[in-house]
Amino acid sequence: MKKTIILLKLYLSDFKKQRKKIFLTVMAIAWGTVSIILLLAFGEGLKLQIERGSNSLGKGIVIVWGARTSKPFKGLPPGKYIQFKPEDIDFLKNRTDFIGEVGGEYLIWRSNVQYKDKMVDQQLAGVTPSYLDLRNFIPEMGGRFFNQEDMDFKRRVVFLGHKIAKDLFADESPIGKQIMIKGIPFTVIGVMVDKNQTNMYSGPDNEKVIIPLTTFQTLIGRLYLSNIIYKPKKVEYSESAQKELYRIFGGKYKFDPEDKQALSVWDTIENQKIMRNILLGIQIFLGIIGGLTLLVAGVGVANIMYVTVRRRTKEIGVKMALGAKAKYILWEFIFESVSISFIGGALGFLISGIIIKILRGINIENEALIFLGKPTLSVNIALATVIVLGMIAFWSGFFPSRKAAKINPAESLRYE
Amino acid sequence: MPIISMRGLKKIYKTGKVSVEALRGIDLDIEENEFVAVIGPSGSGKSTLMNIMGCLDTPTEGEYFLDNEKVSSFNPNKLAEIRNRKIGFIFQNFNLLPYATAYENVELPLIFSGVSNKKRRTIVMDLLKDVGLKDRADHKPTELSGGEMQRVAIARSLANNPSIILADEPTGNLDTIAGNSIIEIFTNLHRNGSTIVMITHDRQIAKSALRLVSLKDGVIIGSQLQQKQKPNLSSNQENQI
Repeated sequence: MKKTIILLKLYLSDFKKQRKKIFLTVMAIAWGTVSIILLLAFGEGLKLQIERGSNSLGKGIVIVWGARTSKPFKGLPPGKYIQFKPEDIDFLKNRTDFIGEVGGEYLIWRSNVQYKDKMVDQQLAGVTPSYLDLRNFIPEMGGRFFNQEDMDFKRRVVFLGHKIAKDLFADESPIGKQIMIKGIPFTVIGVMVDKNQTNMYSGPDNEKVIIPLTTFQTLIGRLYLSNIIYKPKKVEYSESAQKELYRIFGGKYKFDPEDKQALSVWDTIENQKIMRNILLGIQIFLGIIGGLTLLVAGVGVANIMYVTVRRRTKEIGVKMALGAKAKYILWEFIFESVSISFIGGALGFLISGIIIKILRGINIENEALIFLGKPTLSVNIALATVIVLGMIAFWSGFFPSRKAAKINPAESLRYE
Repeated sequence: MPIISMRGLKKIYKTGKVSVEALRGIDLDIEENEFVAVIGPSGSGKSTLMNIMGCLDTPTEGEYFLDNEKVSSFNPNKLAEIRNRKIGFIFQNFNLLPYATAYENVELPLIFSGVSNKKRRTIVMDLLKDVGLKDRADHKPTELSGGEMQRVAIARSLANNPSIILADEPTGNLDTIAGNSIIEIFTNLHRNGSTIVMITHDRQIAKSALRLVSLKDGVIIGSQLQQKQKPNLSSNQENQI
């Protein structure tokens, strides 16, 4: 205890003597820490925003379109068109254990939608209630999404994309209001939460007018679905589920299950894996840049410690003459340099915490900035920073300290 | 068995191609409770001898036994231990830690030797009382006079009850009165059983020792016992006048 106090005193007295230099070094470490944390936090924020963006399409879903066969099968020549009907949704769901939720949709790219004197031409979609989970068609507070009853009774209810609701209703509450779709009245039952969507196959969900699949069928009179969507029961089932898809529909529509061309499949799970790797790469890159900044600060610490060692050569000699072992001198100096880094690092953490809090508090509307505007501090980032900081602090102190410990006491006592 | 025993001690400093032989074969025995003054002009090898005797440096050749231990073959860690337990250093320029109080300076060797907190307090206060600085325990070196600083240094050198006290020009930076009071402390320590080796170029100061070892060009050119004199305050004062 006393020993620590003496060490502390020694450090403080040194601090007074080269206050300005130590202050600058502490600031350099703080700045290095801030830069590594902020860069990593921006990377993390970007990752989360992009993940959220791609999850807004749906998490772990596979989108399937009908296509043309490329192989002859059981006497049928290649070139046969495959198209899905609404009953295929349950057909797929009931014939395999690898697939969980299944859904399907109709789409028209332009359809006239009117509320009072406001009129817009928008995409109209007829979907199954399972889109709530599959495609994250989450209603805002006060509204709801379709249920099975809406489907069964072919109710004229409509679920609006966020932007459409704003365009038609501005500040008015849309729930319960009547709008006209293709001249037919529909009741608004919900508005989708705002989506910052990065992945899409049929336009942004914010700009969709959505009605139940059965209602769509009656209204428009279409037979074939635009596409179906399924979700493997587990992420690991991804491959098996796709095999089952080809087996089941190959059996029903008479094509070779090995004929990959027969269906057009977009596996977003694969996609998200690749995206995650790219983002991880970006984050590592940012981390390295931050690390290098911190390394420069570490060189500053090493520099100041070398000066300290030189200035205190005589004192080291005296201590050695009194019986201090090299080990003791070594740890004394490492303690000193690590404490500089520690103060700087703590300061850096504090500053970055404040900056992140301020940035997150700013409400950003710009679509590009939304990816950068949400720096996120995670446990992993804090841990990585502490490890990098700790290593730099130790090594920047180690070399000067080793120099101090190697001082020849006989020579240093002559040193003035 | 002498407390210090040196046989054929040589020290050669090599700087590039030039090598300087600072010590050229020293044979020296110092018995327990001797009071020896090593004198010689500058460049005679006094400092080198003191460094080796104090285990701050090792000889290039020859053997050195301190308290029956062959310290000439010890590694730096072991030498640090020997310095800590067996040698009490007193320097010309005191070499007190400037930011530490008199108490903390005396305490330092005890910290290195791992003496417990409570024991340290008793030892340090006793030592400070012995050198007459009990009421200066909390003063920093800058608040002490030269003589007081050297007395703190003496207290520090005695902390671990060393086998020998090694003093390098202990009065060199002091005025005559302060210097004489230091010599008086040495004389008292010697009377109470301490072994003291004092290195000096001041013949007047050397007279207070019981044996005079003269060094020149890295060899001992004379070793003579001398009549114990009272540290002659009067003659010194006359010199000053």
